[in-house]
Amino acid sequence: MTPALELRGLKKAFGGLPATNDVSLAVPPGERRLIIGPNGAGKTTLFNLVTGALKADAGTVRLFGEDISRLKPHQRAHRGLARTYQIITLFPRDSLEHNVVLSLLGLSNARWNTFRALAGEAALHAEARRILGLVGLEARAGRAIGEVSYGEKRRVEIAMALAQKPRLLLLDEPLAGLSREERSGIRALIKGIPRDVTVVMIEHDMDIALDLAERVTVLHYGNVIVEGTRGEVVADPRTREVYLGNQSATHTETADSDRDIHPRR
Amino acid sequence: MRWLAWAALALSLAAFPLLGGDFYVNLASQIFIAALFASSLNLLVGYGGLVSLGHAAWIGLAAYASAWLSLRLGLSHLASAPLALALAIAMAALFGWIALHASGLGFLMITLALAQVLWGTAYRWAAVTNGDNGLSGLTRPAPFGISLDRPAAFYYFALAIATVALWLMARFVASPFGAALRGTRDEPRRMAALGHNVWLVRWIAFVYSGFWGAVAGLLFVYYHKYVHPTTLSLTSSAEALLGVIAGGAGTLAGPVVGAAIVLILKNYVSAYLERWNMLLGLVFVLIVIFMPDGVVPGVRRAWARWQRR
Repeated sequence: MTPALELRGLKKAFGGLPATNDVSLAVPPGERRLIIGPNGAGKTTLFNLVTGALKADAGTVRLFGEDISRLKPHQRAHRGLARTYQIITLFPRDSLEHNVVLSLLGLSNARWNTFRALAGEAALHAEARRILGLVGLEARAGRAIGEVSYGEKRRVEIAMALAQKPRLLLLDEPLAGLSREERSGIRALIKGIPRDVTVVMIEHDMDIALDLAERVTVLHYGNVIVEGTRGEVVADPRTREVYLGNQSATHTETADSDRDIHPRR
Repeated sequence: MRWLAWAALALSLAAFPLLGGDFYVNLASQIFIAALFASSLNLLVGYGGLVSLGHAAWIGLAAYASAWLSLRLGLSHLASAPLALALAIAMAALFGWIALHASGLGFLMITLALAQVLWGTAYRWAAVTNGDNGLSGLTRPAPFGISLDRPAAFYYFALAIATVALWLMARFVASPFGAALRGTRDEPRRMAALGHNVWLVRWIAFVYSGFWGAVAGLLFVYYHKYVHPTTLSLTSSAEALLGVIAGGAGTLAGPVVGAAIVLILKNYVSAYLERWNMLLGLVFVLIVIFMPDGVVPGVRRAWARWQRR
């Protein structure tokens, strides 16, 4: 079967420092894939290469078999790619509803209309409220982003991506900075994403993330070092070395400058 | 309440020429032109987050084109106006394509440089522009056979055009496209990830803004019946930008108020004060200190505070 996402030989370096170093991977349709790795492993860079926010130095990105390597980010979005951001990237002065409407507009021809009032686009606004309802924020639809809690912003991030009705959804640390209760809420939300959406997720919270994912890819210094099912990856000694079993590393980690060279925590 | 305020405004604008003297009627006509010009720049600066220092290109280009077409080719106003606008649109399409390769300070510098090219051309290409002497001996159009030579007649003409233009710009800002434009100002990367073609949105806004700048240019040359290279100068761009910022960028009323402040200071105060530029500077320093985001948002905030008391 054609993979939903297929990366081949993807490379990206910043000033000679490789952030993504010959990454190849394939995610079959419908899968929940978790990408883990220590800080600086190149996880977010990988997402930026997939969405086109960054241009790869080499390699190809295929979305359901189509080579999208040369497409601009907005063209990739039109082919069914959506993402959320690790650092919240919303329109803070606008309402939750307006944020989701902007997302809906992105794929609607109405976005070129310069004469009709946006406020009169009843269908768009109704759809935005329905999607906010999916993430439990319907009652907050009229609030400005700046007025709602951090946890609610995380939900809006997901709502905006869901509004795009993606075929492939990239979630960049959807649980970052959330309380335990908020985490389980988001977890339920991610669990509820229909199976015709393929989900690739970066996450540090292993308890929840491992539970959500079917397969796990471990990145380290821009390389894929382990890939497999939950059990395989957790049992693999290389995973333990770079990510889980950092017992020996923490002992040697004495100064901050040390952490820059060995970004293991 | 709201429509009552609008009706009062419409009535006072309509009655103004009956009460005011020619000097004030002419001043008001110039304010309409400056307000239209600043509002067109505001589409870029306020709603697109693209600060241009080359907006004089559009008022100047349309003014020169209209003047040249009627003087040298003997075209009627009915023929020269659309041609001048078409030329400005084509040039805006080109300038926008060049300038939008950059953003932020780079965009500002490129727009400035491109407008300076036009300004230099107006000075040097004397065969076409008559150089420093400018193009004179022009006429005002006479729509439906009504002469616009009387101040009051021109006042109503400029008021009508400016009203239609501002109404269309207000529609533009409130439209889905306007929302997308504001989105590209606030979070361009997110907008791209949502499927919005950020570059194209900005380019269309640039051309649209240039078009209304050119309409202001036509009114400008009809009013003065004369065009000089200073129309294309940096001062001309900067005055409009000052009006936008002082009045309140990203609000519809802001540039109108800002342009009026600039023009009143320029025309009225300069009659009494030789160094009117100093006063202009002082007024802007005060505005920036007390209402950093402009007069209109500042007054609105003060009003809301006063009502809460």
